[in-house]
Amino acid sequence: MQASISIKNLSLSFGALKVLKDLNLEVGQGEFLVLLGSSGCGKSTLLNCIAGLLDITEGQIFIGGRNVTWAEPSKRGIGMVFQSYALYPQMTVAGNLSFGLKNAGLPKAEIKERVDRAAKVLQIEPLLDRKPAALSGGQRQRAAIGRALVRDADVFLFDEPLSNLDAKLRADLRVEIKQLHQKLRNTMIYVTHDQIEAMTLADRIAIMRGGQILQLDTPHEIYNRPANKYVADFIGSPTMNFFDGKIESGEDPRFHTEGHSFPLHGYNFRSGAAVSAPAWLGIRPEHMVSGAEAENAPIRMDGVVELVEPLGSDTLARLTSGSHTLWIRMDGQAEVANGDRITVGFDAARANLFEKTSENRL
Amino acid sequence: MSDALQIPTPPAAGPSGRKPGKILSRRNIFIYGTLILVSLYYLLPLYVMVVTSLKGMPEIRVGNIFAPPVEITFQPWVKAWAEACTGLNCDGLSRGFFNSVKILVPSVILSIAIASVNGYALANWRFKGSETFFAILIVGAFIPYQVMIYPIVILLREAGLYGGLTGLVIVHTIFGMPILTLLFRNYFSSVPQELFKAARVDGAGFWSIYFRIMVPMSLPIFVVAMILQVTGIWNDFLFGVIYTKPDLYPMTVQLNNIVNSTQGVKEYNVNMAATILTGLVPLTIYFLSGKLFVRGIAAGAVKG
Amino acid sequence: MAAATGPARWHRNISAKIAAIPMIATALVIFIGGTAWTVVYSFTNSKLLPREKFVGLAQYERLWTSNKWLISIENLAIYGILSLIFALVIGFFLAALLDQKIRFEDTFRTVLLYPFALSFIVTGLAWQWILNPDFGIQHVVRSLGFENFAFDPLYNPDIVIYGVLIAGLWHETGLIMCLMLAGLRGIDEDIWKASRIDGIPMWKTYLFIVIPMMRGIFITAIVLVTSGIIKVYDLIVAQTGGGPGISSEVPAKYVYDAMFLSQNLGQGFAASTMMLLTVIIVVVPWAYLEFGGKRT
Repeated sequence: MQASISIKNLSLSFGALKVLKDLNLEVGQGEFLVLLGSSGCGKSTLLNCIAGLLDITEGQIFIGGRNVTWAEPSKRGIGMVFQSYALYPQMTVAGNLSFGLKNAGLPKAEIKERVDRAAKVLQIEPLLDRKPAALSGGQRQRAAIGRALVRDADVFLFDEPLSNLDAKLRADLRVEIKQLHQKLRNTMIYVTHDQIEAMTLADRIAIMRGGQILQLDTPHEIYNRPANKYVADFIGSPTMNFFDGKIESGEDPRFHTEGHSFPLHGYNFRSGAAVSAPAWLGIRPEHMVSGAEAENAPIRMDGVVELVEPLGSDTLARLTSGSHTLWIRMDGQAEVANGDRITVGFDAARANLFEKTSENRL
Repeated sequence: MSDALQIPTPPAAGPSGRKPGKILSRRNIFIYGTLILVSLYYLLPLYVMVVTSLKGMPEIRVGNIFAPPVEITFQPWVKAWAEACTGLNCDGLSRGFFNSVKILVPSVILSIAIASVNGYALANWRFKGSETFFAILIVGAFIPYQVMIYPIVILLREAGLYGGLTGLVIVHTIFGMPILTLLFRNYFSSVPQELFKAARVDGAGFWSIYFRIMVPMSLPIFVVAMILQVTGIWNDFLFGVIYTKPDLYPMTVQLNNIVNSTQGVKEYNVNMAATILTGLVPLTIYFLSGKLFVRGIAAGAVKG
Repeated sequence: MAAATGPARWHRNISAKIAAIPMIATALVIFIGGTAWTVVYSFTNSKLLPREKFVGLAQYERLWTSNKWLISIENLAIYGILSLIFALVIGFFLAALLDQKIRFEDTFRTVLLYPFALSFIVTGLAWQWILNPDFGIQHVVRSLGFENFAFDPLYNPDIVIYGVLIAGLWHETGLIMCLMLAGLRGIDEDIWKASRIDGIPMWKTYLFIVIPMMRGIFITAIVLVTSGIIKVYDLIVAQTGGGPGISSEVPAKYVYDAMFLSQNLGQGFAASTMMLLTVIIVVVPWAYLEFGGKRT
């Protein structure tokens, strides 16, 4: 795949504060890349660097094979959509869409054609004569996407575009953005702190923390094979259960934690084999089983239910087992009540092992 | 694909790193040049006042007002403070200074005390009509003082307070009320209502909530109000000249009488020393308070 | 709470009502009562003391035939319009410069705002000295060799009001700048980013996007400056004393002189009522735009 955007050794510092640390990133043509992380991780900063809104300290940025490291934002062939929409409030939607084009000196006919085309794609034709104040949140964001669209850019940058919307609209627009990407096949970089958005939209997700990319992978890999404990903890809700303990290597490697000893048969070690070392074992609540299934699971433990959260489709239960507290996701029809003593189990193949100090995947 | 992250790519040709920007770019020269010129213009009057006040009269007569003093003398300052004549008396600005202090202290305390309680009542204890009275108060802030001057003269005269300090203190309290009440009302409205409700559930009443919760939480806004009032009252001229007698005139009135008195030879160095002395109190407050001053005028500007 | 009905109602919230007495008294007695009193007595021929001998519009007829009043109005119009335009333009321009993420922003702002902390008396006297033709700018320029240079606004009846304008602008532009700066800081960062992505030059962004967005701040600044201008008094007293002759008189000074110097209360009341009228013409449309629309 040809790289649409490539970032080489990019660093950004404000004085002594290093905000982005020697980042390298290749985004393929037509790829949908999501930058995901909690606030302050540098994801929006990275996006602003790509857009040229922040001057970088070191490194290079290429867009469409062109070195744009020093190029003005408007000369980078990008369109950008902001969290606050950033529509020009005293212009109509049509005015917002065409202002940049007019300024670039495009012929009137072409401006009109582009605006009409964008309006059609986004289904905002009836809104073209309205001002932003007369639009709903979802309509505003559509108009803002339209402003990026008319630029005929190869690359679209989204800076938390859905964060100001309510849950229902967010879900709707998420689907629309995905459809838009399927229709246009532009390269898109999308910043969010919402893991659902990241998982549903992305071809690949880059999880960021402290100005670095911790893992860059498909949603499937990130969910199933998180590269380190932070990623494992960040993705998934409720979060992964962790056991503090140590690995004992050998013919039949085992994981010892307080009160239990789990066989690790079936776990796919990165290095191919187990090494004795202190470690964390993580298992997602949805990868744990209960009842009859648990009886057949390779790893079993008993626990007392102390909290039940019925969600309808599933039921979440929190149990204590010795010194451990575990979340388990059960079928929505499961009948479980506080104080019940139940058996839960899981398969080491579904588990995740992280080295104790580096917290990297084993 | 995911491994692309791990392998550092060799730097390619072309621009790399920080965008080259000259410190002396045209843009920077324009911005800083303009700001420095404007700043010099703004500082010029202060500079001229200071140098003039440090020169002797012979030097002023032959020299240039922008030139620094050849021979520094503090005599004009001494004279401005203690000996300058207003046409009525010759004890300098010191009398006006102490009058201003005597006016300032009770006015600031009384106006802030009343306005903060008003603002608190308006924010947390609304009663029927309270918003109407507040609206009248705010609209009243736009009425030219000249319209209300004389009725107040009559009221003060009837109360036997006309010409005295008490009357002037009341006038300052009245005319400071709109802006201060607005300031406190907006601030107290921003205090979480839960806190107020919780205190009420605990059985606290109007005054105990005010003194035990609101005041301790609101010290910054009290400081802003104080800055606003100290500068405003110190700089007042109109009310001072109308509502006090000559021997109680505040410093601004005294200053104007000294400088614009038609008797005797004009002593520009003394005049300038007197002018600086009068401006010293608000200037000190201004330079010490920094951002709070800006916050005060911004709060005032919200309504005018 | 439910018990607080019927006869017990009046003392509900009694502490708040007692605490609000000063405000209620000020609003009713001073602001409404005082204003009404002055307006009513402007129709009397009160001289040294107010008296209830109504003479219809006689005071107003006298006012509008008085040369001093006409000059006052003319001065107020010149001073008002020019100081409004210059204060807004210069204030916005300086605020835009300060908003360029510059170094020493606080220092510049402190320097540009300090005159506002000074009283008009101090401002007026300082500029009276600088504009003094025998010692100030005119003298300095002449001593540089330009013998015929003339710049003596305070001694020339034709241009004296511009001399006052210089001092007035020095005093108030910093305030407008601070307001504008607060307004600029209130503009969403993303708007600037969007305009950079769109490739709009900075001056165009200010002109077509940012300034229209700051409509509210501009209106507030206009109302603020205008209501200040109408009250202008101390500055004139200190800088020119209304002179030379009566060439720099303003309405506020006319009122004071009529009431307290020439024992002509009726004239003072009529003139102050005219000032009130001017304020109403400025403030009412603003208040209607600013607050009237939101209630509906």
